[in-house]
Amino acid sequence: MTNVKVDTVAKTYGSTKVLTDISTEFVEGSFTSLLGPSGSGKTTLLRIIAGFIKPDEGVVMIGNNDVTNIPVWGRNIGMMFQSYALFPHMTIAQNVAFGLERRGIKGAAARKEVDRALEMVRLPGFADRMPKQLSGGQQQRVALARAMVIKPSVLLLDEPLSALDRRLRQEMQVELLRIQRESGLTTIFVTHDQEEALTLADTVAILDKGRIVQTGKPATVYERPTTRFAAEFLGDSNFLEGKVEGGAVRLASGTVVRTASTLPANGSDVTLAVRPEKMTISSGGSHANRLEARITTVIYAGPVLSYLLETPDGMAVKLFAQNKDGVVLKQGDTISLDWSPEHTIAVAS
Amino acid sequence: MKQIGHIYLLVVLFFLYTPIIVMMAMGFNESQLYELPFTFSFRWYDALLGNKQLLTAGMNSIIIAVITSVLATSLGTLAATALARRTFRGKSLLQLLLLPPIAIPWLITGTAMLVFFYWSGIGRGMHALLIGHVALAIPYVVLVVGTGFKTIRADLEEAAMSLGSTPIHAFFSVTLPLLYPSILGAALFAFAVSLDQFVISYFLATPGYSTLPVQIYSAIRKGFTPEINAISTLLLLGSMTVILIFARFAKPGDTSDKR
Repeated sequence: MTNVKVDTVAKTYGSTKVLTDISTEFVEGSFTSLLGPSGSGKTTLLRIIAGFIKPDEGVVMIGNNDVTNIPVWGRNIGMMFQSYALFPHMTIAQNVAFGLERRGIKGAAARKEVDRALEMVRLPGFADRMPKQLSGGQQQRVALARAMVIKPSVLLLDEPLSALDRRLRQEMQVELLRIQRESGLTTIFVTHDQEEALTLADTVAILDKGRIVQTGKPATVYERPTTRFAAEFLGDSNFLEGKVEGGAVRLASGTVVRTASTLPANGSDVTLAVRPEKMTISSGGSHANRLEARITTVIYAGPVLSYLLETPDGMAVKLFAQNKDGVVLKQGDTISLDWSPEHTIAVAS
Repeated sequence: MKQIGHIYLLVVLFFLYTPIIVMMAMGFNESQLYELPFTFSFRWYDALLGNKQLLTAGMNSIIIAVITSVLATSLGTLAATALARRTFRGKSLLQLLLLPPIAIPWLITGTAMLVFFYWSGIGRGMHALLIGHVALAIPYVVLVVGTGFKTIRADLEEAAMSLGSTPIHAFFSVTLPLLYPSILGAALFAFAVSLDQFVISYFLATPGYSTLPVQIYSAIRKGFTPEINAISTLLLLGSMTVILIFARFAKPGDTSDKR
C-alpha cells in the first residue's frame, strides 16, 4: 500500500502536447478514476505511471521511490488491460503464476498463491483450463487475479470493463470494488464512462487537453464543477450566460438569476451551470430562480422524462423529471422552470 | 449450385494431380517411351542409383533448401519483429521495398544477380546460389511472419512486462510461442521457394555445381528418361512428408487459441 505521486509531468509527441504540467497525488488505499474524452491524455498518464512511457519532464513517485527512470518491469505494478491480455498458450494457473515466477516464487509456494488469488476472484477450480475456455467476465477475473497475486504497490486499470456487456460490467464493478476495499490497494482507473467513474471511485480526476481540470470526491465534482468542461463532460448541464449585477446575474433576456456561488465584480461576464435534474416544472413553489420556456421535444426514457425547451429569446434548456404521472406535458406547451440558487454554479468557461 | 461447385472442385483436383500421378506411375513402367501396357519395374530407380550427377544435384537442392530455410526464416523473423513492434525511420519504405521482389519476374532478378555477382566478384556456385535463394525467400518469410504478428496483440507483451518480464523475456515467453506456427509456415515456404527455384539457380550454377531443377532441365535437353520421374517422385514424397508434419503440428487455419 503506497502513495503514488506525479509531479509536473509533461509529455509531447511531435508537436502535440499530450500532457501539460500534471501534478497530483493518489493517496494510499484510494480508488481514483481518470476521466476524460479520448485524446485528453488519461491513458498516457496511466502508462507513464505504469512505466510504459517515459515523461519528457517531471517525476513519478511510488511510495518513497522515484521511479521515473525505472522501466515497467522494475516497478512492481499490477495492470489490467481492456482486452484482458491473458496469455492464450498458458493455462489459467500458468497465467496467474507468471508474475510469481518472475519473482522467483515457484512450485508449491506459487501454487498456493495462485489458488488463493483464484479464490479471491471466485474462480477456484479453473486453474487447469485455457483462457479460451472462459467467458469474457471470467477472463477479466483471471486478469485481476494475475495482477493482484504479485502484491503490487499500485493497481492500474486501463478501461478494463469496457469490453464487457452491461450486466456483466455491473457485476464486475461490484467485484472490483470489493477486492479493492479488502486489499486496500491504491488503484488508478482510466475510463471514459462517467457513470462507472462515479460508481467505483472515491476520487475523480477530470482531464481535458492534457491537463487535470478538477479533482475531488465524485459528489463534489458532480455537484460543484469548477469549469464549463467539467460541468458538461460529467453529466449534463444547462449554461446560462450573463453579466454580474448587484450580487446576481442578469441574462441577455433580462431575467435575473441568483446563485450561491461567489461571483466576480459587477459588470463581469459569467457562465452559470444548472443540472437538468435540479430544475423542476413550476408548481408555484418558492424557488428563487424561474424561467419561462416552450417544450420543443419530450424524450421518454422510462423512469426519467427529458424535456428539451426553448426560452422566448431562443436559449435552449434541458430538464429531467421523474416519470411520476406519465407524459402529461407535450410539445408546444409553455411552462415555468424553477430551481434553487444552491444549484446554480458559476463556472470558468 | 452446390453440384457445380463439386464438379469444379473435381476438375481442379483432376488437372492438378493427374499429371503428377501419371509421372509417378511412369517411373515404375518398364518402357522408356512411356508405352502401354504398363509393366511394373524398378529399372529406373536402379538407373537413378547409378546416375551420380542427378543424385548429387538432388542432394545439393535439399542442402541449399535447408540452409536457405534456416537463414531466411531467422533473418525474416527478426525483420518482421522490427516491422511489427518498433517504429523507426524509413519503416514504411522498408515495408514497401519488401514486396516488389515477390512480383518481379525471376528471370529479371536472376539476370540482375548474375550481373551483380559477376561484377562484384562473388561469382557463381554454391555460395552464390545460397545468397540468391536467401534473398529471394526473405520477403516471403517477412510476409508470413508479419501476418502472424497481426493476430498477436501487442498488449500481451505489455502484460508480461507489467508482471516483471524484460522485453526480451516477454518476446521469448509470450510472443514466440504464439508466433511459432507462422514461423514454421514461413520456414516451409522458404524451403519450397528454394527447392522450386529454377531460373536463378540456372544462372548461378556452375558446371560442377547445380541443383536438381537445373540438372533435370539439362537432362531433358539431352533426352528424357524415366529416371527423372523416379527422382521427382522421391522429391515429391519428401516435400509431402514435410508438409504433413507441418500440418500435424501447426494446425494451419486454427487460430482459436489466439485472439
